Amino acid sequence: MKIGVRGLGLWGPGLAGWKQGQAVLRGNVPLADAELPPPAPACLPPNERRRCGPVTRLALAAAAEACVHADMDPAELASVFATSNGDGPVVNAILSAIVAGAGEVSPTQFHNSVHNAAAGYWTIGHGSIAPATALGCYDWSFAQGLMRAAAEAVIEKRPVLFVAYDQPIPGPIGTVRITRSAFACALVLDPDGAGHMQLDLQYGAGRMDDDTLEIDRLNDMAHFNPAARSLPLLAAIARGDATQVRLTCRPGHLTVRLS
Amino acid sequence: MTPLVISAGTAISAAGAGIDALRAALQSRRSGLTPCDFAGLATGFVGRVEGVEAHALPDALARFDCRNNRLADMALRLDGFAGAVTQAASFYGPARIGVVVGTSTSGILSAEDACLAHDRETGALPADFDQSHTQDLFSLPRYVAAALDLGGPLLTVSNACASSSRAFVDARYWIETGLCDAVVVGGADSLCRMTLLGFASLGLVAPTATRPCDADRQGISIGEGAGFALLEREGARDARTAAGIFARFLGYGASSDGHHMSSPDPEGRGAAVAMQAALERAGLAPEDIGYINLHGTGTLVNDAMEDTAVAAVFGTAVPCSSTKGWTGHTLGASGIVETMIAAIVLRDGLLPGCLNVTSIDPAFRSRVLDRNVKKSVRHVMSNAFGFGGTNCSLIFGAAP
Repeated sequence: MKIGVRGLGLWGPGLAGWKQGQAVLRGNVPLADAELPPPAPACLPPNERRRCGPVTRLALAAAAEACVHADMDPAELASVFATSNGDGPVVNAILSAIVAGAGEVSPTQFHNSVHNAAAGYWTIGHGSIAPATALGCYDWSFAQGLMRAAAEAVIEKRPVLFVAYDQPIPGPIGTVRITRSAFACALVLDPDGAGHMQLDLQYGAGRMDDDTLEIDRLNDMAHFNPAARSLPLLAAIARGDATQVRLTCRPGHLTVRLS
Repeated sequence: MTPLVISAGTAISAAGAGIDALRAALQSRRSGLTPCDFAGLATGFVGRVEGVEAHALPDALARFDCRNNRLADMALRLDGFAGAVTQAASFYGPARIGVVVGTSTSGILSAEDACLAHDRETGALPADFDQSHTQDLFSLPRYVAAALDLGGPLLTVSNACASSSRAFVDARYWIETGLCDAVVVGGADSLCRMTLLGFASLGLVAPTATRPCDADRQGISIGEGAGFALLEREGARDARTAAGIFARFLGYGASSDGHHMSSPDPEGRGAAVAMQAALERAGLAPEDIGYINLHGTGTLVNDAMEDTAVAAVFGTAVPCSSTKGWTGHTLGASGIVETMIAAIVLRDGLLPGCLNVTSIDPAFRSRVLDRNVKKSVRHVMSNAFGFGGTNCSLIFGAAP
């Protein structure tokens, strides 16, 4: 599958947007320690902004940046949102309420607990009726989501916004499902091949490990956040290298050739 | 779109274990709903599947043990489904068959149980809680692939109550791009405290068994279910199986409401767009559809919105009904369970009228059935909508 990348978005520790993050991924600027909160989602009215959780703000920050970068109207774009953990704080709050035995959970928390909450807020924010798909594929959510988003773009012959995001889960579940930092990235994929970079995606059977990076802390980030497993690919895009990146895509792997 | 075929299928829900039981329940208008007795909660009525507690997964896959994967496993063992997949795998090769499933909550019940059993002093969860193989959304396709010995790509789509309908769209992408030759598509959702309490907190659970499309409808009955279909290219092999489920997948439409997180757009704009897009992809006119299986959850707003959207696209002549009175709302599994109902409608010409209806909402314009009708139909539409404002319409056709 061949696909062009028209725009990118990024938010993670020391990676405050694609422009700043690109310089870090190229190795021109050192990776800072700061974990900054993502910007508030400008597309949402104040009441919806209050209701949505930090993980939605994280996803929407990357999504919005990619659309601006691609110079495309978010309302017109079909989208694919991939996250392993979904809204961990909301699920934790509901589990805590169940343990407390009060017999009640918050209605707002319940509707925010659906895995497609961020996708829902995105379409609500833009008044969009374009399809938005929510995926959950554990540690391989980025590679699976990229493959799925590229397939939609190619088959439907229209650009697709792909967003991958994950943040730590608080409470007891977070002690067994360990995610260390909040991370999101977004790519606007164009089947016409227009864009900064062309990707050729090839799925192969058989397990293979993710490629690694030269900066150890980025490898750590990738290891402890499913969305950050995008980093080897994002670094290759940042460098503009005609290279090849391999990502685990259970049960197989995804090879991405860049040109 | 180039049609695909469903060459095998299976479903389990409160309406019955397997296609024959589901067909018999539809024919005899026997509901599977009972007063809720799950996990000490008395939340209206539920569509609870019998025998889940006693069902055991194969020893080698015991780490996947949770209510959701048990339901999935029960479905895989019905209707000759696993055998049909084995046949397909020997033709295409196991690595050429993918698994694309929808679920809204996967094995969250296991996380609830683990949290309830946590050590009050240390805060530690029980050592046998395996989050990635139970609670996690990706546990379901991993389990299904392991149980069926498949090696193709896996995907979990979680678009709330439209999840397993949306899985058909994703499965089509996998096949059309050449990533797979066939896909096991479907899903599972199982009873848990979170959904029972959550829907109750939103005031959406009916005190009695759900009454979709009734003038006095009061909400949903939550159900559980699982189902799978084997989807492949038409004519790639002689794939008719003894199980008797055979249908063509002709079209789909997916859209968003862009309106509200938990309440549908009352004008049904997104829902109508999904139905229209499904017709266009199938190359069909509204009058070609012989029956519409509604999402028909039994809430005031969903059923009214859906009627508005159906009437806008189809006018007032196409027979339609909700089958949630049999199964309850099986949430992310409703799409696959109702796909199997669509296949029964296509084969038997049995149009199931809504259960528990005293009088159809007088404001409705679409032709809602409240009793079973015998009528041969060539094309069926199946609707699913969900929280987050997500919509999906599928069109299935009879065997040529």
